[in-house]
Formats: sequence, structure tokens, C-alpha cells
Amino acid sequence: MRVLVEPAKVAVLIFVAAILQVTIFSSVEILGGTPDVVLLTLMAIALLRGSIYGAAAGFAAGLLVDTANLATLGVTSLLLTIAGYWIGRYGETTGRDRAHAPYVSVAVATILVQFGALFLHYMLGDPVSARLALVDALAPKVALNLLLTLPVYALVRRVLAWATEPEGATEVQLLG
Amino acid sequence: MPRNRDARLAVLGSPVPRSRPAGYSSRSATALRRRLIVGVLVFASIVLITIYFREPSGGSLHSIQSGGATVLRPFEVGAQRVAQPFEDAYGWFAGLVHAKSENARLRKQLDAYSQQVIQNQTALQENRDLKRQLRYVSSPNFPSGYDYVAAAVISRPPSEFQQQIGIAAGSSSGIRLDDPVVNSDGLVGLVTQVAHDTAEVTLLTDPNIHVPAIDEKTKATGVVGHGQGRGTLILDRVQKSLTIDRGEWIVTQGWRLGKLTSLYPKGIPIGVVTGASQNDVDLYWQIQLRPRVDFGSLQSVVVLVPKTRNH
Repeated sequence: MRVLVEPAKVAVLIFVAAILQVTIFSSVEILGGTPDVVLLTLMAIALLRGSIYGAAAGFAAGLLVDTANLATLGVTSLLLTIAGYWIGRYGETTGRDRAHAPYVSVAVATILVQFGALFLHYMLGDPVSARLALVDALAPKVALNLLLTLPVYALVRRVLAWATEPEGATEVQLLG
Repeated sequence: MPRNRDARLAVLGSPVPRSRPAGYSSRSATALRRRLIVGVLVFASIVLITIYFREPSGGSLHSIQSGGATVLRPFEVGAQRVAQPFEDAYGWFAGLVHAKSENARLRKQLDAYSQQVIQNQTALQENRDLKRQLRYVSSPNFPSGYDYVAAAVISRPPSEFQQQIGIAAGSSSGIRLDDPVVNSDGLVGLVTQVAHDTAEVTLLTDPNIHVPAIDEKTKATGVVGHGQGRGTLILDRVQKSLTIDRGEWIVTQGWRLGKLTSLYPKGIPIGVVTGASQNDVDLYWQIQLRPRVDFGSLQSVVVLVPKTRNH
């Protein structure tokens, strides 16, 4: 049952985050930056469920966002797949059980995704402005994302823990 | 009697080489699986980008995306409706905070505008007099500078890939190539083929039609083209420094540059702003418009023929 419940919960989380991002949060502009709840949700999923979940959720989230925005399919998927994988690996290795892991992940992923988006759009011949993306928008975006990290992480952790059987051994066998 | 050694110490102390840890192969397999999955997903993303980038706007991937966007649309509308009361509440409280200072500012503005109205009325009268004295010839204005040829729609797009309609009037009625076509709601399209008694009108939703347009309120300019969804429009090339709010009217710009003039006269309604795509790396806004014209149920249209044209 857990095999099906876990991906379903992740799918619902990603779907809701993508819809909220394209409808509400993309129009919330504070000091030139907009929060990225898709990236925040992805960070929480990747840290809590590992790199494979992170990569798959990133790919799906990217497809949803690009479809809803009618943007070039695959661009956001590529960025979020790599971001989800990286955050997942960080959570599995050096960031394991560290309280600051969500904040570090969000800050680094936001910056890298912004640089990656700039590079990809430039390569695709879109009219891009490095000043807008990196100077005007990046710092407020990182700040807003950091501000929302804790509530989003807590919410995702609660949702993922909901209706999940506790892991571990159910019976103890004494040896010797 | 020698002390009993436990099994662990016995193994450690034995000269027999230890076997490979049992978990090693499974850990290696997990790492391989993990890399394989990520590799496949990254490859799939690159393939998607390549196909989407290379195919025409009516290609299969675009169509799938358009279908997906249609499916997502109700969820987006639902989310917006849920968020609307909160936005309104925020706006209400924010309005309260600034109400007093805004009231004083608006009173000052009102005084200034009252004076300006008087000055404008004087200038308008002066302008009329001067034009009359100079015999000033201006560009055709909509609607006063045009004759109308009303025509029934006789053929409709045969498939979703074509955006042309046939009308029951042609060159015999004075219609020429590139004449703008409207109906009571707004701009419909452009005449792209003319026969003696019929003409072909390419709708605004065709990818080849681009209309210079302007926001009536903020005067932000851009180019209206077809949207990705069926019957949708996009106002592109709007500078990011400009602001356009939901619900504002977009009309034709009707520019003139030397001997060149826009095909579309100034002031024809095109659509209403419904939203905007926010992308930090783009230089321009992409404004989504809801067209005034229902392109799917056109019964009759009006072709605008400039009065200055020699038949």
C-alpha cells in the first residue's frame, strides 16, 4: 500500500504547488522578486524522500508549470529535475538530520535554478536580461523563498507523514 | 578455564579473509538505479526542449501542451477564486491604511484636473479652428474615417489548423487586400484574399496575424498575436517597466511611421487583460487576453474600407 500512497501524496503536493505557483504566487511581487513554492515543495520532498523522488517530482513539476504557462516544454523540467536530485543527494549525505539543510538547499537551489534558467533561455534565443534575473530579482527571490521554507517544509512533512505506517521492525528478536 | 570469546571477536581475530559486505552490491545497485533514473529524466527534458523548439506552433507537442493547459485551466480558475477574497481583503486593509493620505492626494489631483479640463476644452476648440483654417488632412479615424461593407460569413475554418473564414462580399463591394475586419464586439481579422464576390478573412487567432496594440489606460504598447490555447490571444513585447492590470482594455494602436501606417485603425477593441506570465529572465511581459470577439460563432462581419480610397 505504501508503494502507491507515497507517490500519490507527492503527486498531489506537486500538482497543488504548481497550480498555486502559476495562479497566485507568480503574481506576488515583493521588491522585484517572486516566491517559488514549487521549488520549496520540491526541496521538502527531496529532503524527506530522497533523490529519486526529488528528481521525478522535479520533472513532473516542471512539465506542469511549462504546460500551464504555455512555455517551452522541458526547460523547467530540466532545471527542477537536476535541482530535486541535488537536494535529495544533499539530504541523503551531508545534510542528513541537519536543521539547516532546508535553508541551505533552498538558497543554493534558487540561485542555481535562476542561473540555469538564464542560460537555457539565452541558448534558446529568448530575449533575456541578466541584470533583471540576477541583480534585480535574485536577492528578493532568495529572501522570499527562505522566508517560506519553514512553513512549506513543515506542511510537506506533515502531509507525507499522514496515513503512513511507521517504518522499522515490529518485533524484536533477542540473539544469543 | 579460558574465558569465552564472543562471535564477533572470534571473527575479527581469525586469519580467514572477510567476505565482501552483503550490503555492498545492493548499495551499488541503488546508486546505479538512481543515476539511471536521473539520466533518463534529464534526457527526456532535453528531448522535449529540442522537439518543442524545432516544431511549428501547430505541432504535436504544442497541441498536447494546449490540451494540457485546457485541462489545467479549471484548477487555475478554482485557485484564483479561492485566493480572490484574500486578495480583496488585503486590498481593503491596504486601502484603509492609505485612505487618508490618498484622499488628500486625490483632492489635489481633482483640482489640477479641473483646471486641465478647462484648458483642454479651450485647446480643442482652438485645434478645430486651426485645422479648418489650414485644411488639415488627418489619417482615417475609426469609425468616422471608414465606410462599412457588411457581409455574411459563408465558410468557416475546415479544421482547427486553419483560421480563415469566407465572407459574401469581394472586390465588387470595394474590398481590397489587407482591409481590417470587425464586428460589433471588436477586431476580427484581416482580408487576405479577394475575389469578385467573396473574400477570405484571416482571423486574429491565426499565427501569422500580429496587431500593434495599446492599453487604453496605461498606454503600454505591445503586439497582439495568437495564444497557445484555442481562441486565446497574447499581448507580447510589453516592457517590464510598464504595469498592466487585469480587466484593462487592449485596443489597436494605429501607428503611423513616415509613409507607413498600421493596417488597423486606432481604437478598435481587441480584448481584456486576464493575466500575465511572470518570468524573471524575459525582457517583456506576456499578457494573456480574453478576446471580445467569439471567433467560433461568427455569423456576419464588417469590412472597413477607408473613405479616402479611390475605387
